[in-house]
Amino acid sequence: MQEISSLAKVSTGIEGLDEVTGGGFPEGRPILICGSAGCGKTLFGVQFLVKGILEQNEPGVFVSFDETAADLTANTSSLGFDLDKLSGEGKLRVDYIRIERSEIEETGEYDLEGLFIRLNYAIEAIGAKRIVLDTLESLFSGMKNEGLLRAEIRRLFKWLKDKGITTIITGERGVNTLTRQGLEEYISDCVILLDFRVVDQIATRRLRIVKYRGSTHGTNEYPFLIDENGVSVIPITSLKLDYGTSSELISTGLKPLDALFKKGGFYEGSSTLITGTAGTAKTILAGYFALGSCLRNERVLIFSFEEAPEQTIRNLLTIGIDLRPYIESNLLQIHASRPTLYGLEMHLLNVNKLLTEFNPKTVIVDPISSLVSVGSPVEVKAMLVRLIDTLKTRRINALFTCLMSHTGIAAGDQGTIEAVSSLADNWLFLENGLVSGKRQRSLLIVKSRGMEHYNDSVNFTISSAGINFAASSIPTKSNSAHGK
Amino acid sequence: MENEQRWELRLYVAGSTPKSVLALKNITRYCEENLEGRYSIEVIDLLKTPQLAEGDQIVAIPTLIRKVPIPIRKIIGDLSDEEKVLVGLNIRPMPLKNQP
Repeated sequence: MQEISSLAKVSTGIEGLDEVTGGGFPEGRPILICGSAGCGKTLFGVQFLVKGILEQNEPGVFVSFDETAADLTANTSSLGFDLDKLSGEGKLRVDYIRIERSEIEETGEYDLEGLFIRLNYAIEAIGAKRIVLDTLESLFSGMKNEGLLRAEIRRLFKWLKDKGITTIITGERGVNTLTRQGLEEYISDCVILLDFRVVDQIATRRLRIVKYRGSTHGTNEYPFLIDENGVSVIPITSLKLDYGTSSELISTGLKPLDALFKKGGFYEGSSTLITGTAGTAKTILAGYFALGSCLRNERVLIFSFEEAPEQTIRNLLTIGIDLRPYIESNLLQIHASRPTLYGLEMHLLNVNKLLTEFNPKTVIVDPISSLVSVGSPVEVKAMLVRLIDTLKTRRINALFTCLMSHTGIAAGDQGTIEAVSSLADNWLFLENGLVSGKRQRSLLIVKSRGMEHYNDSVNFTISSAGINFAASSIPTKSNSAHGK
Repeated sequence: MENEQRWELRLYVAGSTPKSVLALKNITRYCEENLEGRYSIEVIDLLKTPQLAEGDQIVAIPTLIRKVPIPIRKIIGDLSDEEKVLVGLNIRPMPLKNQP
């Protein structure tokens, strides 16, 4: 995203959100974060402060109108935040402001100067640069004079702005408004809406930047996650197309297949899609690819969505691909999980985590079409774009298998294939045909970016010795039919 | 005897704003009229002692707190409505005393 304004920004402390906001929150201004109950507003605020302290050295005040400081500390400790420690170091202050309607009687004029004084005292005590008000709307449940409250809230925002404090104000989603009390009217700088939905029994959290004055920002809904490391946003459109490209070549793991590419293999760091109906040897080709990587002494990570690791290994062993030694030496890891076990974002996050932990050079997803069952085609497509993007940025040799149905391509599959095929650099199409009542396996290179390749379909057989290309269809110098 | 009950009040203000001055004037008058000799009013100026705002959960200014007798009662505003204040503090007005 190109930043065109000179608006000063501060890091949000939330992974991925800086990217989406083109650099972070507007410095010294109020930001409204709204959403329904349980959508993660409080956590956004806590993380904003904690990361602000740890990463930007900006002390922060958390003003809670809902939870006591003890509750807040307990509730956020599971996310790895140690509020007590930060408070002890004088970098964080948690103030609990309790407003109990039943205890308060109103007579005559008043203002919220007490609140201002408390905030000011807390800010001055630690030299705060950030403050979170969670949720300011509780004032409305405690006091009756709505007109006065509104005027005071307006004054409060202006006051905080004048002090140059970056403020997060949280608000509960209203029926027809972003917040119950229409706080969005008073915050013109930055408004972020959080959403928590359950679709097909799979819960996803989403975030959207409703407005961000003076800044370009992503306009999509971005999925976000809350896990033991806090909140992270996964920007769909982070594909920057500025990753380095390589002209180094790697083997497909299968010599006769290498020969079908003019330069003798895939480009390093490219992504490859293998499509075919059931039983067309997609996983076997993936197995060769894994073996090839292991032989180069490069780490391989396999995500298996249909088979247990042992099963994959056993099956590949029957055709002479022995991955066991590499598993033992930890050069190869197989992660098997049911696609429906978690939402798409969780899958993506798992992938990201493993990429960081294991740092593989080769990643295989078998089959990527399984993920279709987890979300709508649009979501799956978005996720795949992000996945491929991540892999490309890391210059990982990626291989995806994709199952196609016999009756033609199912709707969901179509989306998957479209998404992946347009992003994949290489596309191999596998087919089982019938010739005179005999099965005829064939392979066709649909595309290979930046490389001349064999244009015809190539027949092959599978035996205990592995894949054998039919002699007649292997290109030789004389019958070479390379083309682009 | 009920009349022996003492009243400990605390008024939170923020400087000498008209609202704060008015509130103090009002509550002093109500006390003089109804609780003569049986009350004390402590005025806390949060501009001078901001750290005291937390203890009594002060948000609005002026805020009057009835510390004794318990339970604690809180009245916010300039206390201009006598009846509301007396009811809020649970002070039974003395009907015949000091009436003009």
